[in-house]
Amino acid sequence: MLKEGAFRNPSGCAIVGVIDRSGRKMTGEGMIEAITVMHDRSNGLGGGFAGYGIYPHYKDFYAFHLFYDGKEARQETEAFLNRYFETVYSSQIQTRKVAGVVDEPLIFRYFLAPLPQKLSRSHLDEREYVARCVNRINAQINGAYVFSSGKDMGIFKGVGYPEDVGRFYRLEEYEGYAWTCHGRYPTNTPGWWGGSHPFGLLDFSVVHNGEISSYDANRRYIEMFGYKCTLHTDTEVITYIIDYLVRRQGLTLTEAAHVIAASFWSTIEGKDADAREQEMLLRRMFPSLLITGPFSVILGYTGGLMALGDRLKLRSTVCAEKGDLAFISSEESAIRRVQPDLDRVYSPAGGEPVIYELYQKGGNA
Amino acid sequence: MRTIDAEGMDYAQLNAQVRSCEEEEICITRCIGQRYIGTGLSGRRIVVDGTPGNALGAYLDGATIRVNGNVQEATGDTMNAGVIAVAGSAGDATGYAMRGGRIFVEGNVGYRCGIHIKAYRENRPAIVIGGRAGSFLGEYQAGGTIIVLGLHTDGRPIVGNFCGTGMHGGEIFLRCEHVPPRLPAQVRAERIASLPAEAASLVQEWCAAFGRDARELLSSAYIRLTPDSNNPYRQMYIAN
Repeated sequence: MLKEGAFRNPSGCAIVGVIDRSGRKMTGEGMIEAITVMHDRSNGLGGGFAGYGIYPHYKDFYAFHLFYDGKEARQETEAFLNRYFETVYSSQIQTRKVAGVVDEPLIFRYFLAPLPQKLSRSHLDEREYVARCVNRINAQINGAYVFSSGKDMGIFKGVGYPEDVGRFYRLEEYEGYAWTCHGRYPTNTPGWWGGSHPFGLLDFSVVHNGEISSYDANRRYIEMFGYKCTLHTDTEVITYIIDYLVRRQGLTLTEAAHVIAASFWSTIEGKDADAREQEMLLRRMFPSLLITGPFSVILGYTGGLMALGDRLKLRSTVCAEKGDLAFISSEESAIRRVQPDLDRVYSPAGGEPVIYELYQKGGNA
Repeated sequence: MRTIDAEGMDYAQLNAQVRSCEEEEICITRCIGQRYIGTGLSGRRIVVDGTPGNALGAYLDGATIRVNGNVQEATGDTMNAGVIAVAGSAGDATGYAMRGGRIFVEGNVGYRCGIHIKAYRENRPAIVIGGRAGSFLGEYQAGGTIIVLGLHTDGRPIVGNFCGTGMHGGEIFLRCEHVPPRLPAQVRAERIASLPAEAASLVQEWCAAFGRDARELLSSAYIRLTPDSNNPYRQMYIAN
């Protein structure tokens, strides 16, 4: 069977996310309930969740979630991890049998700290060291795939409808201040759990509805900086672009949004002088990271969520607020399912980023 | 009148109940995301409480639908006849390729509202929007009437970018003082002191649907957009 990455895999999809800006925690059940409303946007071939703030007892360690095809891949990976990290705790991720979720791989979790000597000898910043290790496992160890690698956050994904995948991973047992969720509608059969969303690198996670047409231009550019697009799907490349722009180039999220979903030149011309100058500069600096074609994404990161859609708004996005809670969704009905009474509901314009952050991180009420 | 409680109901089940209902008046309560409500229907009056799913009233053929709440994408897609009144806002592609009938939206509409709508003889589609419209309003419009009343209060422009791109028939009326910037070259914009009779009666109908006062809306100046036949549409994406 061809694995994800060996064939083209366009998607329809549903996305939804929630953050409690006061930092109050909630289980993953709300997201399961919300995504169930958008059941028909998925076709049972992929679903997943990202939760933030879910590992308070291990919040200083990188939480790696791994899929293994078998014992050998696990042994090889653990030998690799032991060369580069101290493993503080590791276990199989607890799951439950669910009718709609079958053929699961081995699923393991490790809480890791880079070995101090190795790290200092590498002359790399800690996060770069970790990101390179993730890349090496995914590109070089056959049958092993790191699908989550951030601190105090975790991605849970698989093949099935998202509501089934959520129950499979027992998300009612995790509590986080922010969650995102994805239901997938690929038109080819994904052979593999790793191809589901969210995609993650360090604490960034991306859920995506759409089909980007600039994939190859983006991929060729981003691979120059050491990223390996092993899965050949657009969501993977979006994740790496955001990591490159924000973590490595130091752009703000809003600036990164102006690179990825840059306005048309004609639209930029009509803006006031400061905005015009900044957006022109960003378009000129990173022309190969402009993403074209339909997309709406939710980016999750430590302390916040960002919604971003393509500049033509070829996929729907709705944002809503209720007290400290903020929601982002493909459809309003999914938000209304978990919060019928909303203070504010609106649709952001194409290419307009919406950022919701914890108040302690400076988020607006 | 028949009441259908949509709680926990799949869209296919809900639509089968609507279709097989022998009564003319139907009230759907606790609607949450069910798609295709009223598709292709004629001879019914449907009231929806809640948030219906995409493609509400697609291919509608004479029925009337009123929604107490917001609607999502592709409302009234390719509708033929009938009336959809939304006491809330509407998502993207509202009234996509309409051929007849009327859509009244109390609040705002998303991107691509009224694109490709067309008129033929007595079939004259009309969309009246209380607030503002997103980008690509009336893109490739071939006929019919779109009216934007600009009653929104969020300070955003009355229309987004690329309004009327590729427009080659019909009319758009915007209740504002100035011609929006960067209109495509093939669209002619003129300021009119009052609405023509047909458009004015559409505004009155909109007011009646949402209990608003028509006087101020009818005494305002509007910007009227029509295709400029001296400067026909040539290209947006490719030269051909």
